[in-house]
Amino acid sequence: MNEITESRKPPVATTGILGWLRMNLFSNWINSLISLFVLYVLIQFIPWILNWTIFAADFKYNFNGEEIINRELCSRVLDPENGGACWAIIYVRFYQFMYGFYPRDEVWRVNLSYIMLAIAVVPLLFDKFPFRKHFLKFTYVFPVIAFFLLNGGLGLESVSTNKWGGLLVTLVLGCTGIALAFPLGIVLALGRRSNLPVISMMCTLFIEFIRGVPLITLLFFGMVMLPLFLPEGVNMDGLARVLVAVTLFQSAYMAEVIRGGLQAIPQGQYEAARSIGLSYWQMNMKVVLPQAIRISIPSIVNTSIGLFKDTTLVIIVGLLDLLGIGRGALADTTWLGLAYEVYFFVSLVFFIFTFAMSRYSLYLEKKLKTGINMGAD
Amino acid sequence: MSEDSIISLQNVNKWFGDFHVLKDVDLQVKKKERIVVCGPSGSGKSTMIRCINRLEEHQEGTIIVDGIELTGNLKNIDSVRKEVGMVFQQFNLFPHLSVKENITLAPIWVKKMPKAEAEELAMQQLEIVKIPEQADKYPGQLSGGQQQRVAIARSLAMKPNIMLFDEPTSALDPEMIKEVLDVMIDLAEGGMTMIVVTHEMGFAKTVADRMVFMDEGRIVEQAVPEKFFNNPESDRTKLFLSQILNH
Amino acid sequence: MRSKLNFFSDEKFRSIFFQTLVIGLFALGIFFIVQTTAYNLEKRNIATGWRFLTDPAGFDISFSPFIDFKSTDTHLDVYFVGVLNTLLVSVCGCIAATILGFLVGIIRLSSNWLLVRVAYIYVEFTRNVPLLLQIILWYSILIQLPRVKQSLEFLDIFFISNRGVYSPRPVFETGFSYVFIAIILALISSFLIRRWAKKRQDETGQQFPVLSSAFGLIIIAPLILFFIIGSPLSFDYPALKGFNFKGGMVIRPEFIAMFLALTIYTAAFISETVRSGILSVTKGQREASASLGLKKSWIMRLIIIPQALRVIVPPLTSQYLNLTKNSSLGIAVGYADLVHGFGGISLNQTGQAIECMVIVMATYLTISLIISLFMNIYNRSIQFKEK
Repeated sequence: MNEITESRKPPVATTGILGWLRMNLFSNWINSLISLFVLYVLIQFIPWILNWTIFAADFKYNFNGEEIINRELCSRVLDPENGGACWAIIYVRFYQFMYGFYPRDEVWRVNLSYIMLAIAVVPLLFDKFPFRKHFLKFTYVFPVIAFFLLNGGLGLESVSTNKWGGLLVTLVLGCTGIALAFPLGIVLALGRRSNLPVISMMCTLFIEFIRGVPLITLLFFGMVMLPLFLPEGVNMDGLARVLVAVTLFQSAYMAEVIRGGLQAIPQGQYEAARSIGLSYWQMNMKVVLPQAIRISIPSIVNTSIGLFKDTTLVIIVGLLDLLGIGRGALADTTWLGLAYEVYFFVSLVFFIFTFAMSRYSLYLEKKLKTGINMGAD
Repeated sequence: MSEDSIISLQNVNKWFGDFHVLKDVDLQVKKKERIVVCGPSGSGKSTMIRCINRLEEHQEGTIIVDGIELTGNLKNIDSVRKEVGMVFQQFNLFPHLSVKENITLAPIWVKKMPKAEAEELAMQQLEIVKIPEQADKYPGQLSGGQQQRVAIARSLAMKPNIMLFDEPTSALDPEMIKEVLDVMIDLAEGGMTMIVVTHEMGFAKTVADRMVFMDEGRIVEQAVPEKFFNNPESDRTKLFLSQILNH
Repeated sequence: MRSKLNFFSDEKFRSIFFQTLVIGLFALGIFFIVQTTAYNLEKRNIATGWRFLTDPAGFDISFSPFIDFKSTDTHLDVYFVGVLNTLLVSVCGCIAATILGFLVGIIRLSSNWLLVRVAYIYVEFTRNVPLLLQIILWYSILIQLPRVKQSLEFLDIFFISNRGVYSPRPVFETGFSYVFIAIILALISSFLIRRWAKKRQDETGQQFPVLSSAFGLIIIAPLILFFIIGSPLSFDYPALKGFNFKGGMVIRPEFIAMFLALTIYTAAFISETVRSGILSVTKGQREASASLGLKKSWIMRLIIIPQALRVIVPPLTSQYLNLTKNSSLGIAVGYADLVHGFGGISLNQTGQAIECMVIVMATYLTISLIISLFMNIYNRSIQFKEK
């Protein structure tokens, strides 16, 4: 019954590095065996892959000091035992990977678009961004500016979308798809929950139809069937047709995500909004949708990540996105056989984007958790 | 160590990582004794009773329950758990099983009882906690107080020698606290050895043989209720009592 | 004095009016599209109608393990081969992905820090790289295997080359049907034993090792019968003759690439579902069952898994749906699934894009609906009964 409340340090074997190892790696026989096995595999594997990708790899020059301009000069072709990755293919074709076949003297327009994309998107994503309100005004205008910049018109030379390729196409498809699918998804979600049976049925059928078929069939639809629907003389750009298919596809999934958010809002919110006299649209715009979207943002980001990855499918209908340029590079006899380098590079680029998006989603989830708790008193 | 202690904690120390949560805890509990453990939150009261049925592991000291010492030995742990029943703050009923199935699960699987016998036992327990008519309902269909009473019945079905209660009424709406406390009082009067962690001082005054006050991981004071409430020795006890009894 | 009846502020009238308007506009749109399409089709000399289905296809299909396909077979046969191939890779993929996904999900919950990290890296990499890229990657690895003449040998009966894996083909002789019947009987008896054991446990409380006895019954009894009859199973071994193998059977690299990519990709998502399913069962459930004295294996079987499955099954089913839809990517590596054969080659040959696409889409929709239907039925039957 002493009044003193000093604390002691825990016994040595249970904390510190020793304790950690015991608990996490070697807690019993099976665990110890598995840990040793995994450590063995890692020790074999990691140095090898580091060596191949970085230390023994060629970036521009091979081990003789020559500049690599075709596969024959790659270290690993000259010396298969010791050579590492031949990144020269990426280095030499970098322009294509980034821009496709965009004319070189107009490429400043693409670069400007990239920069403006960053300016348009980053303030949107972070609440605490300084002068956010002003930046958001730019975000609204950005799509129009980007359209003219990339396409041409208004005094700028027009660049046909056939020439677009690589990361440019991937980003255009991804960003435009997400940006258009979002409002469309909201409309579909509201429509599905509508009290008017015709509207509700039409939206439900549309959503279920789209979610039941693979994206490829919709891409075929866009490329092959859409031109048949258009009257004579009206030609729709190849990229635009694909964009339509991708947007329709994504909007159905977006609609389901938002519908989940709408369902999560307690009935009381709807009732309160109506009872203070708000109309259907006012209720949705001012009360219901802001909350629903906030709840579903992590899922929205997840489906957007899916869309971003799905843009690779356009190579099947002949468009040259990042992966398409990669495959094209491999088909070139100058660089035949350097598959690992190309696919590694393409994977890396995708990984960077999607990983960033999923980190952002986690950040949002954490932020929203505290936000929702703070409000619920 | 007392010869007739059914639970013996000696010099028990426990850490969560670097945090020293139980400091030199000594506690002896005799058969049929009713102990009420109280103290501010974070004082280690829950941790202490969870060490008694090895839901938590202690790093230093000895814990002996009904002659069995609690160590890493799995057989000992299983034997102790058959003797000791536990009731949780969050009830922890199995939502996918009916009330009757919740109660018969352990007797059937652990004690290898035939189903009919187990069901009869279950109905007996439900009578004891006064809700036999709920036998075929599911936990989601019951009120909080009813769920906690089922939880008590579920533990009692294993015929334990010792019952541990970890803040059994803290998650209940006020109007349901009484029904659960009444069941616990009946249990106490029937001669069950009980350790109850609670803030319900009225219950403590009615039932407790001994009050144990814990603060910051230590047992600060142990006394019979009359002495504990009217004439506590430690200042910390006095402070705690003044805070908790002023509602 | 009555105010003028304002039709437009009456809610019922407005809703009917609005809906009729929508239907009208929609019908108008459809009409317009149909007109334009008919005109365009005629202009390009594209036939319409379903007759093409009975026309000979005129091309060969590289992969048709179930139906013997000749180029004189009809487009309808192309369709069936496509459906079977799609189902083949989807079913195999779903089974393998489930096993792998559950394994990885449970590993991620283990206490071994290294295993958890390794599994995490697997999941993160697989989920962030586009599936199409993974399919292409696997395929390019598989076709870099040695040529047929220098195939890698495995146990002297498997040959791995860039044309696929050549393996012995089982030939079932007469008498094997008895073994087959024995297996079926064993399966049925296992079910009966299980029911009997449960009844016995209810009555006497004693437990019976159902799993091990079922194992013995299904595996050992037919095996004994097999040898008694005189081993009515032979193998047709692949043998290298000239530039190719004769005999045996070949598992093509397109199939292997699709199977591997789909399995590994989907398993990563399934592992996440399994992990959150098991985590969703609160710690208190484990503690309550442990304090009642239940063994760890019982706790898993009786308490954790039933509850976890409720959370796991709906997203698991949508992963199955995704895998089935993703099998359409086979076209990128030449796997002869529905989209590649019927939706690709047939479509290009006949030019009847609309009919082909409609059939392909309808097929996928049907598969999706069937899977969703089963999921809804299952979901409804396992809901917790609430107030």
